[in-house]
Amino acid sequence: MTHLVALVLIFAELSFLAIGGASTTLPAMERAIVDQEHWMSAAEFVRLFALAQAAPGPNMLAVTLFGWHVAGAAGAAAATLAFLLPACGLAYGVGHLWVRFRDRRWRRVVQAGLVPVTAGLMLAAGYLLVRGAATDWRAAVLAAMVLAGTLATKRHPLWFLGAAAIAGLAGFH
Amino acid sequence: MSAHDDNPAEFDTPLGGTAKVPTVAELFRGFLMLGLMGFGGVLPMIRRVMVEERRWQTPAEFNELLALCQFLPGANVANLAVIFGSRVCGVQGSAAALIGLLGAPVAIVLVIVSLYDRFDEYAPVRHLVTGLSAGAAGLILATALKIAKPLRNSPRALAVAAASFAALGLLRLPFLPSLCVILPASIALAGWSIRE
Repeated sequence: MTHLVALVLIFAELSFLAIGGASTTLPAMERAIVDQEHWMSAAEFVRLFALAQAAPGPNMLAVTLFGWHVAGAAGAAAATLAFLLPACGLAYGVGHLWVRFRDRRWRRVVQAGLVPVTAGLMLAAGYLLVRGAATDWRAAVLAAMVLAGTLATKRHPLWFLGAAAIAGLAGFH
Repeated sequence: MSAHDDNPAEFDTPLGGTAKVPTVAELFRGFLMLGLMGFGGVLPMIRRVMVEERRWQTPAEFNELLALCQFLPGANVANLAVIFGSRVCGVQGSAAALIGLLGAPVAIVLVIVSLYDRFDEYAPVRHLVTGLSAGAAGLILATALKIAKPLRNSPRALAVAAASFAALGLLRLPFLPSLCVILPASIALAGWSIRE
């Protein structure tokens, strides 16, 4: 029960702080789940994130799996709803006001201020995930290859995930 | 499956072009399909389905909606489902779109993690997921670099991005206090540079 309350508190706060999308809160999620609550290791955090990436749907599904790992089905429901409902409630509330403020100067200024923070948070998320996933040199090389391949080609992300999984199966004996 | 039997009304949009107004059931089916089609994020698919295939929105309307959803906090596609659903059919529309978007993916991901929990003592499964993890991590870092790339000509934006990265990635500072410092500073800097 205390885990459920902790899950709700962590993800409800991050719901409001997820500027530029759900993935920007991954560093904060890792800090709360791995460093502070010790619910899982950094490598387990990345594994759950990766399993969520292997399923169809929005990127935020990792939240469901973090909740699942901590408290089963109830944890999955608690984490998912806590992460969804605050931001969606806000969106529902202010969505119709957009036409009134979209052309205001402050809106453009706030947006211009949000973009580089989003970029920095995404870089932090990528860095922490690579650090958690690179449990040995082979995994580090694999992550580097996917990184380079994604930047150099226009192949679908699923192709790289599949290739990395098969490489893992073949190479980690 | 009678997605096209209901013969949705057409109306002239303020931004030009025509859009079809979906019913609650069509919203649910449309977002259900979107949730099942999007791998590695739904955003790339959502424009194709909403604008090109179902013609629920004109390109200009869609760009407006997307800008709003990226402005608001939270998962962008969930916000998009809620706002578009509410414009079309109120609370019912929001709920139908959101449940449609997330219901099937949540069920699928829970099946995947249950299988993983059951079989993770088998070495091949562990190796597979270790490789998958490395791949997923590399993909996110690549996405981050793509997001950061357009900032390279702005010293202001680069400095803010570097500070955010250092605070949350390297120093592992607490999130809320960090944002309380970085965000106002970044917005102030943006205000100053936009005035120029």
